[in-house]
Amino acid sequence: MPFDYAPAPESRSVVDIKASYGLFIGGEFTDATDGTPFKTISPSSEEVLAEVSEAGPSDVDRAVKAARQAFTGVWSRLGPAERGKYLYRIARIVQERARELAVLESLDNGKPIRESRDVDVPTAAAHFFYYAGWADKLDYAGLGSAPRPLGVAGQIIPWNFPLLMLAWKIAPALATGNTVVLKPAETTPLTALLFAEICQQADLPPGVVNIITGAGDTGQALVEHPDVDKIAFTGSTEVGKAIARTIAGTRKKVTLELGGKAANIVFDDAPIDQAVEGIVNGIFFNQGHVCCAGSRLLVQESVYDEVLDSLRRRLRTLRLGDPLDKNTDIGAINSAAQLARIRELSDIGEAEGAQRWSPPCELPEHGFWFPPTLFTGVSQSSRIAQEEIFGPVLSVLTFRTPDEAVAKANNTPYGLSAGVWTEKGSLILWMASRLRAGVVWANTFNRFDPTSPFGGYKESGFGREGGRQGLAGYVKDRRDV
Amino acid sequence: MSTGTLPEVSRDGVTRDNASLRTFLHGLPGVDQVGAEARAAMLSTRSIKTTSKQWAIDMIISMIDLTTLEGADTPGKVRNLCAKARRPDPGDPATPHVAAVCVYGDLVTTAREALGDSGVRVAAVATAFPSGRASLTVKLADTKEAVAAGADEIDMVIDRGAFLSGRYLQVFEEIVAVKNASAPAHLKVILETGELATYDNVRRAAWLAMLAGGDFIKTSTGKISPAATLPVLLVMLEAVRDFRDSTGRQVGVKPAGGIRTSKDAIRHLVMVNETVGEDWLSPDWFRFGASTLLNDLLLQRQKLATGQYSGPDYITLD
Amino acid sequence: MSRVGVRKTYKLYVGGAFPRSESGRSYAVVDRDGDFLANAALGSRKDARDAVVAARKAFPGWSGATAYNRGQVLYRVAEVMEGRRNQFIAEVAAAEGITRRAAPSRVDAAIDRWVWYAGWTDKIAQVIGNANPVAGPYFNLSVPEPTGVVAVLAPQLSSLLGLVSVLAPVIAGGSTCVVVASEERPLPAVTLGEVLATSDVPGGVVNILTGRTAEIAPWLAAHRDVNAIDLCGAAADQAVDLERAAADNVKRVLRAGEPDWAADPGLQRLSAWLETKTVWHPMGV
Repeated sequence: MPFDYAPAPESRSVVDIKASYGLFIGGEFTDATDGTPFKTISPSSEEVLAEVSEAGPSDVDRAVKAARQAFTGVWSRLGPAERGKYLYRIARIVQERARELAVLESLDNGKPIRESRDVDVPTAAAHFFYYAGWADKLDYAGLGSAPRPLGVAGQIIPWNFPLLMLAWKIAPALATGNTVVLKPAETTPLTALLFAEICQQADLPPGVVNIITGAGDTGQALVEHPDVDKIAFTGSTEVGKAIARTIAGTRKKVTLELGGKAANIVFDDAPIDQAVEGIVNGIFFNQGHVCCAGSRLLVQESVYDEVLDSLRRRLRTLRLGDPLDKNTDIGAINSAAQLARIRELSDIGEAEGAQRWSPPCELPEHGFWFPPTLFTGVSQSSRIAQEEIFGPVLSVLTFRTPDEAVAKANNTPYGLSAGVWTEKGSLILWMASRLRAGVVWANTFNRFDPTSPFGGYKESGFGREGGRQGLAGYVKDRRDV
Repeated sequence: MSTGTLPEVSRDGVTRDNASLRTFLHGLPGVDQVGAEARAAMLSTRSIKTTSKQWAIDMIISMIDLTTLEGADTPGKVRNLCAKARRPDPGDPATPHVAAVCVYGDLVTTAREALGDSGVRVAAVATAFPSGRASLTVKLADTKEAVAAGADEIDMVIDRGAFLSGRYLQVFEEIVAVKNASAPAHLKVILETGELATYDNVRRAAWLAMLAGGDFIKTSTGKISPAATLPVLLVMLEAVRDFRDSTGRQVGVKPAGGIRTSKDAIRHLVMVNETVGEDWLSPDWFRFGASTLLNDLLLQRQKLATGQYSGPDYITLD
Repeated sequence: MSRVGVRKTYKLYVGGAFPRSESGRSYAVVDRDGDFLANAALGSRKDARDAVVAARKAFPGWSGATAYNRGQVLYRVAEVMEGRRNQFIAEVAAAEGITRRAAPSRVDAAIDRWVWYAGWTDKIAQVIGNANPVAGPYFNLSVPEPTGVVAVLAPQLSSLLGLVSVLAPVIAGGSTCVVVASEERPLPAVTLGEVLATSDVPGGVVNILTGRTAEIAPWLAAHRDVNAIDLCGAAADQAVDLERAAADNVKRVLRAGEPDWAADPGLQRLSAWLETKTVWHPMGV
């Protein structure tokens, strides 16, 4: 007899979404002066959630000025321990408003409430706690003898983990004494705007954090602004390259966290059941909208059948649907544009001759949805083995020996992450030492911690976020060029 | 019911000597502790409400082996337990009866009489439960007496000392012998997972018990801690799933000990659902070894029916 | 008629509870002018023994908690201390004979010191631990681990800031402790115990004894289930003997003497109670 789960929706009443939002500049919400407001929708229903301002060039200028003023006037004069205490306050308030933030994130982004509640929000709070503690310990951080902040940081974040990416950017920047102007992604501005309220609740000095909403143009204006000392960007490799070109020859420092096409490598002596969980987590967590997603499964030929059978069986228990339902595993695709791209690449995969499979899945009528999908019979030269799809689509390839696994895993312009599944410790470490990836997960996947540095090799970007290394991008030594 | 000795599809040569059996068991895929526990924790976040909660509660009640295994057990105690087993909530006759009553072998006759033709079965622990430390002769005699007294099911313990010292064939042969001695009753094999200590051992012991013909594999005696845990159950469910895929034979699973709340029991049921599926969602294939759990289920059942929180005064002690 | 106050009783803090000394004794604590403040428990060797048992029992749980969790707990201690700021100001002023105007900065420094140590729990491993590039196909990692039970003789003069500065680094690193408070200025230490008891610090992680330092210290210095000892508040004429007694089970020892508590503490007191474990693992197919 089947055990059906009745709907278990998380209530929306905990969030109070305003009809429209201004920009957060100098500690206040203020109207944009030269931009066109736009709407943000819930991708699971296409319902309009709110109207959001677009920061035009003069708004960007205002924000940078406010950040500069706060930097020279207040933030750089504040004792480091006092800076840390502001960050501790923010961390605490994020914890206090956790449910509100989680529900808002799921509404605006489309991700399951279980993930925003259990991963996104707690990890964001933990980032603020972690970096709060570094504020007055920079002399111990291996950053040189007298680390100094850079000044004003312009930060541009993507739509896949809106609040978490905000935490990854703002926490280390503030801890090291910088002030920031942050632009959230145009499809997911709401948790950043709620974060602005949190800054107010924490009595953060005005101008230390500025949140300006907008799309590509706003981002470009921020990158080009002459009084920004540092650009931190997470997003597509294409835009990352454009930014690197734009700032060439300027005094601006930059860190980039870009795309990936990670190999998740399963050896024949892997703990199979946990490996299957790791494969599923690797590509279907957050609907595959993860730069470090394990989007290529490299399975040793000798266990191919066993792993694939197990994987298909496991995919049948994935629950796709309302992001606010506590039992949902797979939520909505973030936007119509992203859905179109996923569909396009999947069609290409089929056209290239790979075999496509999805478990039976009822897609809701409204909203943007894509079922978890496997492509088998994929080869290294397939486009779906090379290009980042950024959706719940797994490309399956095989290998025979460890050397071959390494070669195939590294055979990509990307280098963000990799997974290795085997019970043999020596093999894990041997593989880890040879994989050209900034993060190697062994017998696990998609684990994040504020103490653990994250970032890529090659076209996946440079610079690290998290850990002691995460401070380096925001300070200069007196001897630095 | 049980059909006899070794499974029809034989694992050629695997049980011909201890070394071969060891090679087979040690060749099973390993279990990563952190990964298994993470999966169990994720499944625990499932939110089971309203109609599915109602369904789950009634299903769980019907899966309970209502248990009393105390030195101080008397015929009176057992009769009271049997009355509760037949009619868990006198205030609501629609409440399902439990699957079985589980007692020591010398109280089987009492239980049999008290349960009559209610449909509640009699399960007896045997084989020098809970420690299993006695000769095979004694263990078989223990088993046979319980069956002769009318037990429908025998819950045996494996020899953990033999298992942990690598004498797998001895453990296997003992289970086979007890299986033969328990006919026509069906056999549950208690692994005592708390003493096995690692998930790899749990997987190996589960396979061993199934190869030897067990009808059910059971986590614990309930006499030591830890008893049944969700990650252990996960490993055992994966084992029965793989065993059926491999041999065609379906084996049941019974977690026992330490499951006190409805919330906990529902988590177990969710795990069954998402690991092995609906084929195991019946008292024929899944049981809960419990005593205080029943009353918590009844409290939850009453709350779903009335909308109010209930209390101990509205549930019978036994 | 002015209101009669309800005066506080000052007891020991052991295993998360506030027992009186098993000896039933107490002693009078006076302020700088010799005026009576309160009776404090006069801790005995048996109290010290019980405290060590409690500290040992609490060690697996505390050292096994995540660094993040320990940091959260320590930050909570600071929050609760801040809430009791006025109480501490009054007690420190009375204990140290300083004015009510001078006391607040000492109390604030003590609270900020907790915050400082709260922020170290999940960073110290990154600063003093590291991978080692050995000349062979081996992955080699050195990680700091807490040493165990640390006995601490709190400074005699700095009744709160100094106390916090010797106590926080022990538990930030994951060890547990038995603290002997300043003999003549013990009252802020007992109040700190109350803060710890209400801040999610598990019972036994910190144990605070009041009494005669010279009476209790030798028992802790010689105790074989104590892994380390901070002789900060030891009397000059006892310090050497204590250090000798500590050698019996090769305790890690910090010698007697008080630094300038207001200055940056550095890593000494954090590192002193951390062992280094180095693990090798081959890298191969």
